[in-house]
Amino acid sequence: MHKEREIDVAYLARVEGEGAMYLKLVDDQVADLKFKIFEPPRFFEALLQGRRFSEAPDITARICGICPIAYQTSSCNAMEDAAGVSLPDALHDLRRLIYCGEWIESHGLHIYFLHAPDFLGYVSGIAMAAEFPERVAAGLRLKKVGNDLMALLGGREIHPINYRVGGFYRVPKRSELEALEQDLRWGLEAARDTVRWVSGFPFPQFERDYEFVALHTPDEYAIHRGRIVSNRGLDISPREWPDVFEEEHVEWSNALHARVKGRGAYHVGPLARYSLNYEQLTPLAREEAERAGLGATCRNPFQSIVVRAVELVVAFEEALRIIDGYERPSQPAVPVEPRNATGHGVSEAPRGLLYHRYEIDGAGHIQSAQIVPPTSQNQLSIEEDLKRYVEGRAQLPDDELQSQLEQAIRNYDPCISCATHFLDLEVDRA
Amino acid sequence: MNKRPKLAVWKFASCDGCQLSLLDCEEELLAIAETVEIAYFPEATRAVVEGPYDLSLVEGSVTTSHDAERIQEIRAQSGALVTIGACATAGGIQALRNWADVSAFTSIVYAEPSFINTLETSTPIGAHVEVDFELRGCPISKYQLLEVVDAFLHERKPNVPRHSVCIECKARGTPCIMVRDGVPCLGPVTQAGCGAICPAYDRGCYGCFGPAETPNLDALAAWWEGLGVEMPDLVRALRTFNAYAPEFREASERYAQRT
Repeated sequence: MHKEREIDVAYLARVEGEGAMYLKLVDDQVADLKFKIFEPPRFFEALLQGRRFSEAPDITARICGICPIAYQTSSCNAMEDAAGVSLPDALHDLRRLIYCGEWIESHGLHIYFLHAPDFLGYVSGIAMAAEFPERVAAGLRLKKVGNDLMALLGGREIHPINYRVGGFYRVPKRSELEALEQDLRWGLEAARDTVRWVSGFPFPQFERDYEFVALHTPDEYAIHRGRIVSNRGLDISPREWPDVFEEEHVEWSNALHARVKGRGAYHVGPLARYSLNYEQLTPLAREEAERAGLGATCRNPFQSIVVRAVELVVAFEEALRIIDGYERPSQPAVPVEPRNATGHGVSEAPRGLLYHRYEIDGAGHIQSAQIVPPTSQNQLSIEEDLKRYVEGRAQLPDDELQSQLEQAIRNYDPCISCATHFLDLEVDRA
Repeated sequence: MNKRPKLAVWKFASCDGCQLSLLDCEEELLAIAETVEIAYFPEATRAVVEGPYDLSLVEGSVTTSHDAERIQEIRAQSGALVTIGACATAGGIQALRNWADVSAFTSIVYAEPSFINTLETSTPIGAHVEVDFELRGCPISKYQLLEVVDAFLHERKPNVPRHSVCIECKARGTPCIMVRDGVPCLGPVTQAGCGAICPAYDRGCYGCFGPAETPNLDALAAWWEGLGVEMPDLVRALRTFNAYAPEFREASERYAQRT
């Protein structure tokens, strides 16, 4: 007689969007395991067809309320690529600055409200606040500093209004940015303290030999632009994305599964960025990473919470550096004339690489769009993590196994709202 | 003893931004959690407290047959039901499918359209069940959200004005961007609530909060035409996050005939 067990989590909590997990064990062996995305599709690639190129940042922001700047940045990078326009450094710095705000609010939310409760045994950040009021209050204040930065530069924190193809509608005065300096300095210390706090959490012994994929620039920790690199020798421009990656549509997910052609699963997000860009860490971030005992590479996905905290330090240091050197650009944007072309754009959303591609006609109308969010790229890695994690732990009681597997999913801070809606017919032809 | 009112937060097709507004109430969140029992809010907590719920906040639009049934169950176990945001209140940007052939949309996005279960339309919650209050915005204003929650807890009418963005520009002291700079602006027909941020950032309003009370679309269309805006661009401007709100929908369909 075979012993069959099923763990079926119909609605995952503390993730963005609607996902589920199904595990079937036969004699303590994994017979079936699926990370399911049932978030209803919203068809962004289809509804973008026929819209003007300049509308892409406002429309694609609505894919995700948690990382709208990522969508605005990748879409603008793609449109500027299509038009053959490059931005002056001062405007790039402002884009990096608002992106720092998004990393701070998103990582702050995930660390304090979605992930830390797993390590400390609480159902939520709010429940955790009963026992750790000062800690949770500091987390909320830290997140607020990120939101304040987004609101100042973007007009508001969710779906900012000030980001456009070619730059911004309005650029801030130096005095407006300086008003945030004190909070950012507090935030930097709070972020360093966060690294020390989360690095003391208990981490399961679990490492995977991932192919890490992230953006890379030689002079700074890549956030808003860069080349796509991996620890298996990949080093390509965003234009080469379709040559190297492919996506597959599976029945149990409304998000396509991405893979490296000829190789398979890969991993995007904090672990990948950190391991590929260790040399580019800002000074205090490097110091805190060393103090936390992270090496130059981190392969334990449960430690992603530590890496996110290190990235909070990066974001605060970078925000302060940019404000310190800020001179108001003479123009808020460069003119962008559309032409018949295809543009590719990438950036590092808080959860990992976000790729956009648009075909534009000579009048500036979008002919086709492709959007590949980080969570769809990580789906295969998530499923492989879960399978590997169950091995040797199958004897755990169901509720314990379930909560540990949920935690393993939360390692990725999956954004299911983002992931649901992707590729175009090229998949078919691939 | 626990007599705090029970709050539930539900998600349909959406970007999560409006429920995130609740978590973005950084200074008020812990006080909210003391005032109400957060009984169902999967984005924030694993804990699930059984219904009925005193107040349900509903984000997102109805786009699947499963969701069309789910909203009925939610209505049945909710005292008051408040929709939050443009998706729940007007169908959201995904309502653009309502003018298209959804099977074509599916095959543009997915390699295996047969795996996808979706309805032909994206509809607001109010098209399916009775709604006690519709809070507008893409995203909603967290201050208006706090006002609405407070109003329902105290059984009073929420103080959420239905006037246009123009009033907020005046209050803020922003010169009219359409008059001064000739920039097309949806402010005269769009409901206030955002704080009139776009004109303050040198861009025209793009309609996040949907139609204001009794909007004069034809007067706005004449203004825009005077500024040299082509009809297809006006139609597109009305067809974004609140495209299926009745006043915007009716006007965009009429203007689409003129092209």
